[in-house]
Amino acid sequence: MHRTGDLYGHFQTLEQQKETATLGMWIFLVTEVLFFGGLFLTYTINRSAFSTAFGIGSNTLDITLGAGNTVVLIMSSLTMAMAVWSAQVGKKKLVSIFLIATLGLGTVFLGVKAVEYKQKFDHHLIPGRGFDMKYHPSHPMPGDDPKELALEKNEVEEAFAHDPDINAHGQLYFSLYFGMTGLHALHMIVGAGLLLWLIKGSFAGRFTPQYNTPVEIVGLYWHFVDIVWIYLFPLLYLIDRHR
Amino acid sequence: MSEHIVSPKVYIVIFASLMLGTGLTVWAAFQNFHQYNIVIALGIATIKATLVVLYFMHARYSPGRTQLVIVCSIFWLAIMLALTLADYDTRLHDISLSAPQVFYCV
Repeated sequence: MHRTGDLYGHFQTLEQQKETATLGMWIFLVTEVLFFGGLFLTYTINRSAFSTAFGIGSNTLDITLGAGNTVVLIMSSLTMAMAVWSAQVGKKKLVSIFLIATLGLGTVFLGVKAVEYKQKFDHHLIPGRGFDMKYHPSHPMPGDDPKELALEKNEVEEAFAHDPDINAHGQLYFSLYFGMTGLHALHMIVGAGLLLWLIKGSFAGRFTPQYNTPVEIVGLYWHFVDIVWIYLFPLLYLIDRHR
Repeated sequence: MSEHIVSPKVYIVIFASLMLGTGLTVWAAFQNFHQYNIVIALGIATIKATLVVLYFMHARYSPGRTQLVIVCSIFWLAIMLALTLADYDTRLHDISLSAPQVFYCV
């Protein structure tokens, strides 16, 4: 394709090119909104049908890790926005610094997620043959708070008295938990790959006030992933916490 | 038409509001607002998402056609949610009764 510097032949100006690219990215994000929307819809229907099991499943999640990860992800959105600003005002060194910070924070998020997943494996809360919500309260792990464990035990027993199928319905919650956070994490991994590509470009001094479309576009994607988490956090971690 | 550059000050104010929103969400989750807990949680999340879209994603300073695409995405999402939920709400009196019982593995 004919190309002059960063301007492709079918565009008149860099600005027109950037607006077109941004619009294209937004159209992709619309498909993503509907894609995640389907999952949120499934979640809503199942939660309204099996609210007890969803409440117990939610209470097994670590609220400190979840809230901490929310803070980390919002911080990474700030550094991403700052990377866009740095490119717009021509501070080339800052572009690299903010992009690396964004990648770092994204990696911390994924690391915390891995710790949380491991915990669920240890507690027999992976949907499938070994799934048992009674397992963890009666098999304490090192570092467990006995008070909290007793509460959990109480809650699980009470739930089983009400609904003997709680293990079946709990698996619905955990299937959605792993499906939704897993797809979210997959998006973060793709985002991390895009950030690596941007960091390489920023080292080469590619992003200037005239041309910074890739930073802006990847930024849109990164902020979208942040928005998905803004909804996932209260929906997955904070059900029935007041009891 | 020249590009609008959002200043770091705006970004930091938005960031602070998002942090405040996160804190508020966690606090609200531990209060008993009866059936309104979920409404409050989703309300705060929606305010946070709106701030991200308007400022971090520059929607406020985007051309009209980009804004139209954003509004359309919300509109189509609303159609999907509203019509499906209306269907579930009116066809089955209790979804849990129709749930498959094949998940047993205790």
